[in-house]
Amino acid sequence: MQSQSPQVLVAKSKGKSKDKRQSLSEELLLLLPATVLLVGFLIVPFVMAIYLSFTDQRLIPNPVPTGLVGFQNYVQILTDPEFWQAFRNTAYFALLVVPFQCGISLLVAVFLNSNFPLRSFFRSMAILPLMTPMTVVIVIWSAFYRIPDGLFNNLIKAFGASTYVDWLGSAAWAMPAIVLLSAWATFPFQMLLYLAGLQDIPSERYEAARIDGANGWQQFWYITFPGLRNTNILVLITTTIGAFKLFTQVDILTRGGPIGSTNTLVRYMIQQGYSSQLVGYGSAMAVIFVIIVGALAIFQRVLVKNE
Amino acid sequence: MKLVRMILGVLLTLLILGPLMMMISISLNPDEAAINAILGTAKAFIPTALSLQNYKEVITDPYQPFMRYLFNTLFVTICTVGLGVLVNSSAAFALAWGHGTYRKFYLAVIIAVFVIPGEGLLIPLILMMSRLGWLDSYQVQIVPFIASAFSIFLFYQFFSKIPAELIEAARIDGAHLPTIFLKIALPLSKPVIATTAILGFLDVWNSYLWPSMVTRGVEYRPLSVAMAAFFGSQQSYWGNVSAFAVLMALPVIIVFLIFQRWFVASVIGSGVKG
Repeated sequence: MQSQSPQVLVAKSKGKSKDKRQSLSEELLLLLPATVLLVGFLIVPFVMAIYLSFTDQRLIPNPVPTGLVGFQNYVQILTDPEFWQAFRNTAYFALLVVPFQCGISLLVAVFLNSNFPLRSFFRSMAILPLMTPMTVVIVIWSAFYRIPDGLFNNLIKAFGASTYVDWLGSAAWAMPAIVLLSAWATFPFQMLLYLAGLQDIPSERYEAARIDGANGWQQFWYITFPGLRNTNILVLITTTIGAFKLFTQVDILTRGGPIGSTNTLVRYMIQQGYSSQLVGYGSAMAVIFVIIVGALAIFQRVLVKNE
Repeated sequence: MKLVRMILGVLLTLLILGPLMMMISISLNPDEAAINAILGTAKAFIPTALSLQNYKEVITDPYQPFMRYLFNTLFVTICTVGLGVLVNSSAAFALAWGHGTYRKFYLAVIIAVFVIPGEGLLIPLILMMSRLGWLDSYQVQIVPFIASAFSIFLFYQFFSKIPAELIEAARIDGAHLPTIFLKIALPLSKPVIATTAILGFLDVWNSYLWPSMVTRGVEYRPLSVAMAAFFGSQQSYWGNVSAFAVLMALPVIIVFLIFQRWFVASVIGSGVKG
């Protein structure tokens, strides 16, 4: 280095920084499309949702200009009985569907993880509901819930019921009916997560337990279940998040009824912010929704990372 | 013990296939009166007639152009997924092998935006779309969903595992970053392409909420929204509704059977994003 003249050194470093500048502009070019799209359709709407939630913005520009209203939308939401009904309905759906669906998918995963002929065939079959579009699942299941002579009503008749149940038309049964349909439609998702979790448990642990004389139940309780700790957190929280997004099923099958008993957070948000064109009010609800779901997602990451 | 498991497996398969079998067997029955008589019974699950009459009616119905809906869904899905693979993978490659010091920050933002649920963005998004004049179009169903923080992250993880020697060798040969990306990284990344493409395909093919907000008439309406409308207006024509349902579900199931192996990997990957 010392033997080189200063001019050569300057020329070299100039060339290098020119190279660097060129390669930086090349990588920014690669990043540009995704960045523009992410900013335009994710970051900007997110910031807009927060801003709009403090305004009285409507969908169609009205003669009166949009004004800032402070926390008025939030105060109004907290005292809006329909919002609380939608919140309770959504929480009720989650409360029913999460243990039910997670339990079923764990059972099926443990079963499909054991060894028997045609296992991979049964596995493929078990994934099929996830492949069936939700709108299609809804149509099929609405036939099962038909009154007075759908499959479920014929079944309870066979068990001695003298009348029929209006599954989707009664406030007591509509949500459980939606739960059953939703669990059927999406349980393979959780099942696959469990199958992956089960395969991560070292088989030596089972061999050691067998040598110690542990029976099947003991093996499940002392090896499988603790081994699935992270998977359980993942499954429970992703299922809860999914439950909070409930929309399509209630929108097509019950239109939120009867008497609002199946209206959900997302559906009420869309009703207010879009159908009723109260953009400010709907945005405040969207912000609350993002906080709930975001908090669940962060909670999950903290729990899994601490392991 | 193995026999018991086989029996359990058959029972599980029946519970899963039952509803799908019912959809198919009813779709093949041209006689609505007969369908109504057996709909709630075991007979609904076994085909009693083999006619394509319902399919013909669904496809040729002048009031609901099925082929148009199918084209709309296909077009929107292919554009969103295809452009998404290109845009997301190129961004991820720059993040993995670029020189900028901003990359750590960029990646942190990408990971942070995972937690924002799309449903929370719909209200401001529809306001934007109405100002842009994009309502009732193809681009309103495509453009907002091309970029995906999750896909970028998946591609980034894959690209950062490419051996540094491979990239350096290409650099020494004078190749620029975009060339290295196109000639070396992209051909290597078939598994991630498959994963993100399958997840994207399912998402777009099945999406209902957004298209139901932004499409008005039949011109740009996708299958899912058309299915809901058709079901709402023809609730008692089970034969036709089932034929419609079969035609909508079939492409997804075929894609699944072809890409099954990738599909399992992608679901597990998408669970981790939570």
